[in-house]
Amino acid sequence: MNLDLLARYGQRMLEGLLVTVELVAISIALGALLALPVALARLSKGRLWRGLSFGYVYFFRGTPLLAQVFLIYYGSGQFRQALTAAGLWWLFRSPFYACLLAFSLNTAAYQAEIMRGAIRSVPRGQSEAAAALGLRPHQTFIKVIVPQAMIVALRPFGNEIVLMIKGSAVAAVVTVFDLMGVTRLAFARSFDISVYVWAAVLYLMLVESLRRGWDRLELRMTRHLGRPAKAAPPSGLSPGAAPA
Amino acid sequence: MQDLLDLVQFGPAGWGDEIAAGAWLTIRLAIATLPFGLAVGFLAALARNSQSRWLVGLGNLFTTVFRGLPELLTLFIIYYGGQMLLQQVVGLVSDTHVEVSSFVAGFVALGLVFSGYASEVFLGAFRNIGRGQYEAADALGLRAVVTMRLVILPQLLRLALPGLANLWLVLLKDTSLVSVIALNDLLRETQVAVGATKQPFFFYLIACLIYLALSIVSSFGIAGIERWSERGYARAA
Repeated sequence: MNLDLLARYGQRMLEGLLVTVELVAISIALGALLALPVALARLSKGRLWRGLSFGYVYFFRGTPLLAQVFLIYYGSGQFRQALTAAGLWWLFRSPFYACLLAFSLNTAAYQAEIMRGAIRSVPRGQSEAAAALGLRPHQTFIKVIVPQAMIVALRPFGNEIVLMIKGSAVAAVVTVFDLMGVTRLAFARSFDISVYVWAAVLYLMLVESLRRGWDRLELRMTRHLGRPAKAAPPSGLSPGAAPA
Repeated sequence: MQDLLDLVQFGPAGWGDEIAAGAWLTIRLAIATLPFGLAVGFLAALARNSQSRWLVGLGNLFTTVFRGLPELLTLFIIYYGGQMLLQQVVGLVSDTHVEVSSFVAGFVALGLVFSGYASEVFLGAFRNIGRGQYEAADALGLRAVVTMRLVILPQLLRLALPGLANLWLVLLKDTSLVSVIALNDLLRETQVAVGATKQPFFFYLIACLIYLALSIVSSFGIAGIERWSERGYARAA
């Protein structure tokens, strides 16, 4: 362990970690706001809305995040005059904001699919029963469909946050000093591979604590469902157990 | 519009052939990585499914690490770390300078990431195969290895296929990261074209559309393979 190196870059790496958390938290939140209308459009009866939202989701899920970041950060340079005239140039000029925009658009596509799947997983009988009780469509949606869909969406949503944390490392490529960015800088100056190992430990801690916290959250949110005993894999299932 | 079309034509004047070469490298890298990732992922799943506590722990650690690390970080650790490690090993016997090619680094890093996720898919598939299958094979007098090859694997593949198909699409996109370690893949060639032509939006959009096309072509292939793997099953109406 190189203490000198740790003293020099430890603090900056923690600051970088904070930038990573910030990037992810804001993108996930903005993405969620955008995802809801996209998911509803995906589920709507209107052909135009369905087509547009399908195209959006397909594009952002089918292309690499890094290419999307390049498209937005470097690509916007081609429209500089128009963007300046619209008063939006600050948004695209800063690598941090450009990443935030790219990440939000990207995660919105994934989150929209999670929401769509969750909403569709609620059995039809639920909305029929609500209609029979005289609830209006929007009441049915808010009070009957959404609470049940949220439970289904919880796990994939947690996975999406983990994917975003990992994906956010590409921000370093366009010179954002997130954890990855600081680490690259530290490595370029010191040529000591251990800085990458520290970064790996920090990322793993972040991802694992989120995963564990999410598991507990899920247990708590589903406690009214009567949780089944955690199913341990029966030992007889393993191929090693099959006697020769 | 005509100017833009001129920019992507093939030949010395346009960037079409460079970008096509980049796309071809992207495809080659993904196809080369697939068998490696599948093999390691399968071994990790076997370890996690075994009776030995050590193997289970090791397999779990492997998957936790490679599923938890950013792909870009894994790539850098393999690229720079592998370089240093190899240099030290070689340094013991001679003082030649060795260099890890970025293709190999990308291949190893993407393969490890793929295998972390693949082991999860395989493990899920293992747990979906009833123990009756093992008992029946045992009753027929099949050895463990034969049971695995003739009874378990064919069923395992069918169960794992949807998950693996998803991972292939993820792999295809993750190859774009190797452009950061200067491998001339699709994204890197696009960057070069952007540097020369100052048309960033146009070229990055083209790169995105090529990735999209690769995904779409893959989806058709996957659908075909899935139909093939389910040929022995009656379809529920």
